[in-house]
Amino acid sequence: MSFSFSALLDRPDIWRGDSLNRAGAPVVSSGFPALDAGLPGGGWPAGALTEILPAHEGIGELRLLGSALAELSRRGLRLAWIAPPHLPYAPALAAAGIDIAKLVIVRTASRKETLWAAEQALAANACGAVLAWLQGAKYAELRRLQIAAEGGRAPAFLFRPPETAGESSPAALRVALGTACGGLAAHVLKRRGSPLTRPILLPAMPPAVRGKNSHVDRHPTAAAAARDFPARLVHA
Amino acid sequence: MAVSAALALAPRLRVVQRDPAAETEALLGVAGWAAQFTPGVALEFPDAVLLDAVGSLKLFGGLTSLLERLRRDLTEMGWSAELAGAPTPRGAFWLALAGKSRFIGSATEIEPALTELPVAVLRRDGETLEALEAVGVRTLGELLALPREGVARRFRQGLLGDLDRALGRLPDPRIFFVPPARFRAAIELPAEVVQAEALLFAAKRLIVQLTGFLAARSGGAQRFVFRLRHRDRAATEVSIGLVAPSRDTGHFTLLARERFSGLALGQPVREIALEVDEVVPLAGRNLGLLLEQGKPRGDWERLVERLRARLGSEAVHGIAVRSEHRPEFASTAVDSDASSLELDFGERPVWLLDRPKPLAEIGARPHHEGPLELLAGPERIESGWWDGNNVARDYFVARMQNEALVWIYRERGGGGWYLHGLFA
Repeated sequence: MSFSFSALLDRPDIWRGDSLNRAGAPVVSSGFPALDAGLPGGGWPAGALTEILPAHEGIGELRLLGSALAELSRRGLRLAWIAPPHLPYAPALAAAGIDIAKLVIVRTASRKETLWAAEQALAANACGAVLAWLQGAKYAELRRLQIAAEGGRAPAFLFRPPETAGESSPAALRVALGTACGGLAAHVLKRRGSPLTRPILLPAMPPAVRGKNSHVDRHPTAAAAARDFPARLVHA
Repeated sequence: MAVSAALALAPRLRVVQRDPAAETEALLGVAGWAAQFTPGVALEFPDAVLLDAVGSLKLFGGLTSLLERLRRDLTEMGWSAELAGAPTPRGAFWLALAGKSRFIGSATEIEPALTELPVAVLRRDGETLEALEAVGVRTLGELLALPREGVARRFRQGLLGDLDRALGRLPDPRIFFVPPARFRAAIELPAEVVQAEALLFAAKRLIVQLTGFLAARSGGAQRFVFRLRHRDRAATEVSIGLVAPSRDTGHFTLLARERFSGLALGQPVREIALEVDEVVPLAGRNLGLLLEQGKPRGDWERLVERLRARLGSEAVHGIAVRSEHRPEFASTAVDSDASSLELDFGERPVWLLDRPKPLAEIGARPHHEGPLELLAGPERIESGWWDGNNVARDYFVARMQNEALVWIYRERGGGGWYLHGLFA
């Protein structure tokens, strides 16, 4: 009996530890080539939960998603924002290329309502992306959201406080956000595949600030990436 | 039997007055629901509805599946029903009256089936029935065996006429029921209900009737109102609005459940009514010829309705840009799907604070959790003197110590610093 090792490796149910490209898992490009390279499949996973853990509010957590959200809204898909911490400001979102007619804000009065609304939005599979701001979720609750997300084909972004980085989570992807050298540094805490130890530096600054930001220009990687990158994508 | 005699037999008997008006209303309700199966619905007062169903069998997948559907809906509406079918309306009516669940397809079978029925199905007064019994006639077959002239003389022509119509020997035209333009149905609850969630059971019965009514009119409802009547207080009104018209029983029930679960009832409820004022045309849905790739997208309108039913209608909204220089008025909450202006503003933050937050000024520098570093600005905004909300501000983009970017302004004319937004 002849036995081909390479044929065996081609089987879809064989998982290779060094491979990030899982065939068939749909993704939405983040718009940052450096980040896409570090994400399994090359973008934000669709039909799965992604946790974003900004070190503090306003660090650039939405600039990180700006390009993906703009792309989804241009495809005519709705973006559900559940329990945002402040008023999302229409002129800024429009300037980031997001079709704000596709944006829907859901306000909730309690943590329970936020969880319920997020689960409904994911289970309905009627949105292009679901963004939810959640304070203190339990593992079982996140598990429910992850299962609801798997039933659909929208990426689900969950914004959680940085303290939760040490907790275990059923999310497919967890990204902690910090700053380094004046740019945005994404630490991929968890991904499907081999772990990533080094942070990914992202040129995510508002255009008015970029020119005046000496830190960014001094950093070779970030500056190079910023040049390659269309200006439209770095808004937000 | 006299009430006193009945009470002697069963002391715990509950005696209730018969309410002919309510019976008629219930019958009309069932007829309105039944009109979804055929345009030929006729009433047989006080307790029967006749459906001309031959033309509808194919649409509803044959007799068995139509009967299944009828039985299920009737049970959900809280009725117990006898179903029977025959080539003549009167024949079907008599079979149902006799409690025979028979469905006769051909005209030749109708006579043998009817001959077994008791004469009581003729619904004559007690005198006539006694007279029939006196001559030894208990079934329709025995009545038909008597000489026609004798029967006609003794019991008048009407009795023979009914028999002939049932057997199909005489035509039996009916006036078809015309459903009303508006829907209104009510259920008096058997006991007063205090918990709003317990109302759902009764609400479900009304919803089944409503969706049947809507299907009969090829329409949908965009708004429906539950009126909960109390003994001595004004009725509680629960109005449920939909993003798009629908006539889906499951969806309506879900919305009612969400609304009832958040309802605080001050008083027990005696009666629940469901009303729809306007029936909106609703086209049937065509299925795609080719299967869509991947998982199908869900129903957006339903999601919004479900969220609104639980969180309140103002909890779900879109945003739009307004032509306005003052930042706090340039973004506005709108119904989702509203079209928006395309205007070019300067650098704007993603998050705008509801109310600008005063910042400390230390050593001529604004402070927010440490000194702020000004990166861009000033952008001068002066506007609104005409409506009293006058602003005169110089806006800056600033960096906090922890690298977060914020949008701050200084009141012109020596005013203080304020935090107005966050660049997330």
